[in-house]
Amino acid sequence: MLIELDFPAVLAQWPILAKGVAWTLGLTAVSTAIGLVIGTLCAWARSGKPIWLQWLVGAYVELVRNTPFIVQLFFVFFGLPAMGVKLTPELASVIAMVINLGAYSAEIIRAGIEATPKGQFEAAASLALSKVQTFVHVVLPPALKKVWPALTSQIIIVMLGSAVCGQISTEELSFAANLIQSRNFRAFEAFIIATGIYLVLSIGVRGLLNWAGPRYLFGGRRG
Amino acid sequence: MVDFSLWDILRNLLLAARWTVALSLIAFVGGGVVGLFLLVARTARWPGAGPLVAGYVQLFQGTPLLMQLFLAYFGLALFGVDTSAWTAAAVALTLYTSAFLVEIWRGCVAAIPKGQWEAAQSLALNFREQLRYIVLPQATRIAIAPTVGFLVQVVKGTALASVIGFVELTKAGTMITNATFQPFLVYSFVALLYFALCFPVSLAARRLERKLHALR
Repeated sequence: MLIELDFPAVLAQWPILAKGVAWTLGLTAVSTAIGLVIGTLCAWARSGKPIWLQWLVGAYVELVRNTPFIVQLFFVFFGLPAMGVKLTPELASVIAMVINLGAYSAEIIRAGIEATPKGQFEAAASLALSKVQTFVHVVLPPALKKVWPALTSQIIIVMLGSAVCGQISTEELSFAANLIQSRNFRAFEAFIIATGIYLVLSIGVRGLLNWAGPRYLFGGRRG
Repeated sequence: MVDFSLWDILRNLLLAARWTVALSLIAFVGGGVVGLFLLVARTARWPGAGPLVAGYVQLFQGTPLLMQLFLAYFGLALFGVDTSAWTAAAVALTLYTSAFLVEIWRGCVAAIPKGQWEAAQSLALNFREQLRYIVLPQATRIAIAPTVGFLVQVVKGTALASVIGFVELTKAGTMITNATFQPFLVYSFVALLYFALCFPVSLAARRLERKLHALR
């Protein structure tokens, strides 16, 4: 059987695709920024804080890591409104992605923090730095540097996971592909092109993070 | 409207969870077989196998599983295969799993010191025997913990099959929500059931890691 593929029909709809790419990148950027802050706070809470806080954070991390992202998203978008919290699809997507990345990055950052030599704490104490100062200036930058490749991978996994957000009609890239195929019935072509774009995005974002991380996040101080 | 008791909801979700488990097993076993084949192809340095397998891994790890499912669903149909959600989900998840497993296992084989290969060679073992008797037994030991850990990712991955209409735990949750208008309750149950499936596996992976590390 002869298969006819019609890619131009899909590419002609490029404004929709461009909008989808913008949403995918936007969602990823916002949830990365907030998710990493939450992850850092959780990692901090899990290393030597009161036992009930360790338990609370531990439960959050395990609950998120052992349930699928799509269920977390549906829970936020469909479940929370039943409790009186109304969310737009975009906001629900960001919340779900932040919750997800927060849990995974907490574990990754914790591994980095635990690798800090004890002498570093003693040196910081001898400089009369407070606990918070020690954490922010002495412990965190080298810890982030150590686990940056793992964090980068996790951020990309979250970006690829955001394809699911189209299911609650957030207008990201997979939603764009679905919209195009519902207009011209070129389903296979639309999804091939979207998949190709995702591949380019994940390679590009990895490169960007590998480049920017050491330069702007923790390298400025020569940490 | 039919009235659903709490037990009705839970019972239907449990029945649907069977399909989550079944699909996970198919993906894991199928992915393991394909992954092992790719691993041997790479390790044996078949011409072109290195870059091909690397490209394969990049393709499946660098794109969303959701897109892979859609491509399998619409792609197999293009080739004249009568696609059910079952076949599409099984094919996509098998390929996805194999791409991750081959990468995990490649690392484990690479962790075997080169001297082991050379020692095997000096005993006049051929490549198949070196792999079979010297390298794989040692690599398997290192590979067990991360492989079990990856099973959790596979179970979670099957949730996406709900999007192409495969009725497993997540899809059943959506359907029951539509009938009962109790999304908070139903999705809580769905999440807890996934947790009940995955958490023991996570724990097992962690325990294995500790045990096998201590022995090395």
